[in-house]
Amino acid sequence: MFNRSAILSVRGIGHHTVDGVWRLGYASRFFALTLASSGTSFRRFRLIVRELYFTGVLSLIIILVSGLFVGMVLGLQGYHTLQTYGSESALGVLVALSLVRELGPVVSALLFASRAGSAMTAEIGLMKATEQLAAMEMMAVDPISRVVAPRFWAGVISMPLLAAMFSAMGIFGGYLVGVVLIGVDEGSFWSQMQAAVDFQEDIMNGVIKSFVFGVAVTWIALFEGYDAPPTAEGVSGATTRTVVTSSLAILGLDFLLTSFMFQGV
Amino acid sequence: MERSTLDLWVGLFVCAGIGALLILAMKVGNMASIGIGQDSYTIYANFDNIGGLKPRAPVKSAGVVVGRVASIAFDNNKFNARVALTIETKYKFPKDTGASILTSGLLGEQYIGLEAGGDSNDLADGETLKLTQSAVVLEKLISQFLYSKAAEGGDAPQAPAPNAAVAPVPAPHAPAPAAAVPGAEKK
Repeated sequence: MFNRSAILSVRGIGHHTVDGVWRLGYASRFFALTLASSGTSFRRFRLIVRELYFTGVLSLIIILVSGLFVGMVLGLQGYHTLQTYGSESALGVLVALSLVRELGPVVSALLFASRAGSAMTAEIGLMKATEQLAAMEMMAVDPISRVVAPRFWAGVISMPLLAAMFSAMGIFGGYLVGVVLIGVDEGSFWSQMQAAVDFQEDIMNGVIKSFVFGVAVTWIALFEGYDAPPTAEGVSGATTRTVVTSSLAILGLDFLLTSFMFQGV
Repeated sequence: MERSTLDLWVGLFVCAGIGALLILAMKVGNMASIGIGQDSYTIYANFDNIGGLKPRAPVKSAGVVVGRVASIAFDNNKFNARVALTIETKYKFPKDTGASILTSGLLGEQYIGLEAGGDSNDLADGETLKLTQSAVVLEKLISQFLYSKAAEGGDAPQAPAPNAAVAPVPAPHAPAPAAAVPGAEKK
């Protein structure tokens, strides 16, 4: 009796492992195929522009508004903490470094995953469920290069731009609360920020981070959509998995990248 | 959607993104003030102790940033630290310039201060500074202070009464805390 249930549970572990490895391999092959067929989509750049509108431009509002509010909250909280040590003038440094290094790339990638990534998954999943992808193949149009690759590149291009706008908006929000509302000295706010923030070390590392997040989020979203079971349930499950998996991937990758980038700092 | 409006929006989006990056680089970062591609020359300085000096720390003269610390290495022949300083070419310093490791503020970051000497020849690329002053290490400072206090404390009572035994010395101090304790209890 005990032996039977033990064997069953071990078998369950094995099944999940094999399934996970199989999915990982399938996702990697899908990624390689996307990269291989992106040459065609670059020749038809119009497709990428169209997707840039849907993933980038339509995500602008949520990115800008949340950037502003994150910066304003950072300004308020940072002021109250720094005030106890009498160093309110370092508020600019606190706001800028936390936005440029961490919050800008991470929060905008999380928002991007839930705003644009879920839409991508649902769109491609429904295309598959209504057999549009199969119809394309019938017409000798490769769905990967016609549907998947333009969306992938639009996501990869728009992610760093969105993160930069998020950071700039957040710093403006911190300035609004810290300098205009509370009255921290404007000169020391900007000058200490400029002395502490390095272009190569901080800003470019943030851009690299958001580029990596863009690749991860769009890859996961496109794969989940392409792999979704062609039913209403399957598409909804795939959309949920996109948001959960890409959020976890963003946070995990962020830890890895941070530990590589800021080793000596 | 019309093709031209779509193009317009995407164009605006890309421009705004690049503009945000430029703002980050110019207004938030220090790209505008310290050029990366500017001409510079390297000089070296040996310090007995660099304290908490880090690569890329500023090199200042008269409070103005004139360069950066390029690298810090340990010299295994002299057993001291060899620090490479990158100085912008537009700033020239005499050969007998001295370098010292200073701290901005009480607990701020450490930087290298250059004090120009009076030599008529200027430092060339790759030369080593002769006059250096190490970083002040707080623990050494405190232990020096404690030792000097201890030395004072040992000397002071012996000076007025050299023939008195060592034992009575703490006596004047001992009653004071003893008296204070009952006083505190009364309250």
